[in-house]
Amino acid sequence: MPFVNWLKRHLVVIAGLFTLGYLLLPNVVVTVFSFNKPKGRFNYEWQQFSTDAWKDPCGVAGMCGSLSLSLQIAVWATLGATVLGTMIAFALVRYRFRARGAVNSLIFLPMAMPEVVMAASLLTLFLNMGAQLGFWTILIAHIMFCLSFVVTAVKARVMSMDPRLEQAAQDLYAGPVQTFLRVTLPIAAPGIAAGALLAFALSFDDFIITNFNAGSTVTFPMFVWGSAQRGTPVQINVIGTAMFVVAVLFVLTSMVIGNRRNKQKA
Amino acid sequence: MKTTTDNSGDVRLTQIGKRYGAFTAVHPLDLTVPEGSFFALLGASGCGKTTTLRMIAGLEEPSQGAVHLGDQDVTHLPPYKRPVNTVFQSYALFPHLDIFENVAFGLRRRGIKSVKKQVEEMLDLVQLGEQARKKPHQLSGGQQQRVAVARALINHPKVLLLDEPLGALDLKLRRQMQLELKRIQTEVGITFVHVTHDQEEAMTMADTVAVMNAGRVEQLGSPTDLYENPRTTFVANFLGTSNFIEADVDFKTGDEIALNAGGGKLFLPVARCSAPAASGGKVLVGVRPEKISLTHADDAGEIPEGRNRITGRIADSSFIGVSTQYVIDSPVCSGFEVYAQNVDRDPRLTPGAEVVLHWNPAHTFGLDAAQDADAGVESVEEDAA
Repeated sequence: MPFVNWLKRHLVVIAGLFTLGYLLLPNVVVTVFSFNKPKGRFNYEWQQFSTDAWKDPCGVAGMCGSLSLSLQIAVWATLGATVLGTMIAFALVRYRFRARGAVNSLIFLPMAMPEVVMAASLLTLFLNMGAQLGFWTILIAHIMFCLSFVVTAVKARVMSMDPRLEQAAQDLYAGPVQTFLRVTLPIAAPGIAAGALLAFALSFDDFIITNFNAGSTVTFPMFVWGSAQRGTPVQINVIGTAMFVVAVLFVLTSMVIGNRRNKQKA
Repeated sequence: MKTTTDNSGDVRLTQIGKRYGAFTAVHPLDLTVPEGSFFALLGASGCGKTTTLRMIAGLEEPSQGAVHLGDQDVTHLPPYKRPVNTVFQSYALFPHLDIFENVAFGLRRRGIKSVKKQVEEMLDLVQLGEQARKKPHQLSGGQQQRVAVARALINHPKVLLLDEPLGALDLKLRRQMQLELKRIQTEVGITFVHVTHDQEEAMTMADTVAVMNAGRVEQLGSPTDLYENPRTTFVANFLGTSNFIEADVDFKTGDEIALNAGGGKLFLPVARCSAPAASGGKVLVGVRPEKISLTHADDAGEIPEGRNRITGRIADSSFIGVSTQYVIDSPVCSGFEVYAQNVDRDPRLTPGAEVVLHWNPAHTFGLDAAQDADAGVESVEEDAA
């Protein structure tokens, strides 16, 4: 029974590979179909290899506009949510004030709320305020729902920070600003970065809340949804693949830099 | 390295105190630490020693009183404007910076550009030249401790504050670092103020020790002075072990007080009695365990005249190599402790044996009888556990 023995010894690796395959299969499909040349308007069946879509990624009317809008919103929402969320996290960890416990749990509420309910009630709010639906209403909504995630990520980091580090900085002639820039911020940075990445991803592909509050503005997820009714251009897969590649490159670069630093130290 | 002739390294605390709401952490106290000395604040946890240190550093705002460094009033200066540096408990090294940058931190904040030479010299002083590019978490506890000292010392502070700097190290390393710190202090000549709960550490390292208890300085003096002439039972028990006998004052001659304890006569030098000791009053007579000699009751006649003596029975004895520790029950005091060097051991000194305890009256000290004879005992045991 050499095969059974072999299987026993490598079971963990095999199970791991299957799970990884399960995780990555959708990405593979997206990538493969970005090189398809569909016959009709729908990119659901493999026909033949082609790089047409890659040569002309903005060839579909309105798509690149919506993509650029989504990226802009994501960047601003990330910035807004990260700055506000970091401040909230510091306030919640560092200061004792009345109703601190209540605020602590209220911060989690938006995460627990069904998105579609929040979307509908936000729309009601905006309409009652007489707000013009569009870029700004989307941005406000995105910052709002990204906040809880940023607060959670940063808070975990700040909580594990030794307050004596800041006292040590002060003791070593660093004023309040210097202490924050040289000690507090660098140590909290991994938490802040995690929060920011989360916010960017959440904002970029949000559909439900955006769809309710966009008015006539069309973001990239809305465009994909809309075009799926009438036919899916291959360019959607091109954008998806490109984003995936950018993310992978991002991770690889940070890993390489990390390794090199460790080697220098050793 | 750097020597100053003025007294700018003096630390003067004037009526300094700290209250948190209704709780008084430090009762108003006056303290002067002379320039260039190694000063220890000794006490159990919660006695206010760390609060006092943090008030000198500027990390704690005093509720009253003033802090002077030399002639400069620094009471209301923020920590980053005071010429003092601190070695924190558990070091507080910056985890995102390497050893070199940790040590260079203070210099850079003061706008000094060429730090390389100074940092390297300082790392050599603490024998960490090889580790400059490592991160703090890659070093051992003892090495981290030395980085913390280097990071503070490189700024040539007028005063170096050390907050239980050796608390996290194991016993052997602690001994080594005690000598190391003492060496560095002698080498740089900066005033060191050291906070510790370890009486041995304080006595080994410091020139002057202030024993603190419940927010007050109980007694201040050189380690020998504190050990030989404790003025309160707390100090007597916190530093080493003491035996106490409650005695009545019989009469006073020129420089000796004659006392009566359970029918026996004891003598006490007037200079070593911190209590008023009026005739007819009471005094707590103290004597350290190692000052006492034990003689078997059968040989009582051989004891020279003029020694204080009491009789008792050995309740327990434990052999610990260099010495033997006896616990003796006597009519005047139960649980008398005696440490005898193992030079000529009398084989008859076993539990149950009747003995005479005797010592030179000059080694007796007298305390006010109105205090708890066990003050300071418990806290020592707590720390040892």
